[in-house]
Amino acid sequence: MGEAAKGASIRQARPGGLSAFPARCSKVYNRKQEQPRLHRKTVPMTYRILIAKPGLDGHDRGAKVIARALRDAGMEVIYTGLRQTPEMIAEAALQEDVDAVGLSILSGAHMALVPRIMELLHAEGLDHVPLLVGGIIPDEDVPRLKEAGVAAVFGPGTSTHTIVEAFRQAIEEARAAA
Amino acid sequence: MKWTSTEMAARVLAGDRLALARLLTLIENEDPHGLEALSILYPQSGNAHIIGITGAPGTGKSTLVNRLARLLRDGSAEAPDGVRVAVVAVDPSSPFSGGAILGDRIRMRDLAGDPGLFIRSMASRGALGGLARTTAGVVEALDAAGYQCILIETVGAGQAEVEIARLAHTTVVVDAPGRGDDVQAIKAGILEIADILVVNKFDLPSAENTLMALKAAMSMANYEEGEEQPWQVPVLPAVATRGEGIDALAESIAAHRRYLERSGELQSRDRARVTARLQELLRERLERDFLDRLPDGRYEAMIEEVLARKRSPTEAVAELLQAFAA
Repeated sequence: MGEAAKGASIRQARPGGLSAFPARCSKVYNRKQEQPRLHRKTVPMTYRILIAKPGLDGHDRGAKVIARALRDAGMEVIYTGLRQTPEMIAEAALQEDVDAVGLSILSGAHMALVPRIMELLHAEGLDHVPLLVGGIIPDEDVPRLKEAGVAAVFGPGTSTHTIVEAFRQAIEEARAAA
Repeated sequence: MKWTSTEMAARVLAGDRLALARLLTLIENEDPHGLEALSILYPQSGNAHIIGITGAPGTGKSTLVNRLARLLRDGSAEAPDGVRVAVVAVDPSSPFSGGAILGDRIRMRDLAGDPGLFIRSMASRGALGGLARTTAGVVEALDAAGYQCILIETVGAGQAEVEIARLAHTTVVVDAPGRGDDVQAIKAGILEIADILVVNKFDLPSAENTLMALKAAMSMANYEEGEEQPWQVPVLPAVATRGEGIDALAESIAAHRRYLERSGELQSRDRARVTARLQELLRERLERDFLDRLPDGRYEAMIEEVLARKRSPTEAVAELLQAFAA
């Protein structure tokens, strides 16, 4: 990212070659977007994030809002939809080689689901992948989840900006540690 | 997880899914390390049957892929024991933020928990042909990793996203009822690249009309008198959500594969694919090298000149090239 941030040069680019779009369009949608780009000299890595809804509650508006916000921040979001088992989530995280996993849980089953998903991610060799959780999480459970290794927990009303930044930060920290 | 490219290639060949997933990311990012590993693996590729699934958004491509992959895994009449299947699903990147929502896995839940199956989502990252620029590399890696059938689901395609035909051995175009009249069916473009046509959502009203119109369009293909008709494109009805018509589709795909082998078209398609791939890589490489060697600001200055109407785009390019030759 450092390389990309430096360059207002047209010759600095990322995959995608979004050269056809006038810069002003980009500005509306993403302040981070630079000049139109022609080709890539260095390829900044794109964040790949899995957004999943484990368990049985059938309300995924929150997950979709987050997926959309991450997309608008230039990230690639793999969205798996409702009623995912912990096994399905770990498998998708592996196959998609994601940089972070975000879980949306409204059912109250987070103390059962999160540790199980953690365990499976470890078993797949994905210890380096940060896990972030959002939903209806009682205050007293937050420290317990963090103790279990969750990078961040978000309750109702958190701004999408805060969440996007938390993903960015968790991924950068994980990369620095690797 | 810091593997050398040799280690990574060896791990992929040994069936390590984590290494494979990592390699696909590196290929997508055009990381030199990953491309090196891909070059090591390349001699092991060339065994897979590459099947493209394309069609307009919302015609049911993902659902069809889900059913087809399940059938190919479980075994069909052609391969009773089933084959190892990889799915590459491409969704569009936002032209504004560069981000993407890759949602094809939503319809592929039946494929979870099967070690003989590997699903990978890709963002198109600005490419316009219905695939990403690096999809071919990702397919080569999956091929080398021993997946015998590779299903590529394109971006929801309109009329001109025909790149898949260059990459796939067999191209399946998915259509659904109510999407235009019989003139749409004889326009140039996506229907032309079909080796097999599927009319999905066949339980909807007017599905019969769509089927008839497409069949009629397909039978209009012109052949010289006495020339053997090479391959008659079948038009198949399906209701992917209920799994109907999937057996016939799998049979048709196998028949197409036999046709390709029998007629020698398999070789000519492979040759066309390799040629196109080399051309594309060469073009990109030349462009990049050229711009890298151009004095700073030269290119940007030329854009200004064209904007000010002092030079036409053609003249500007000629001048850039001339400056370079001098």
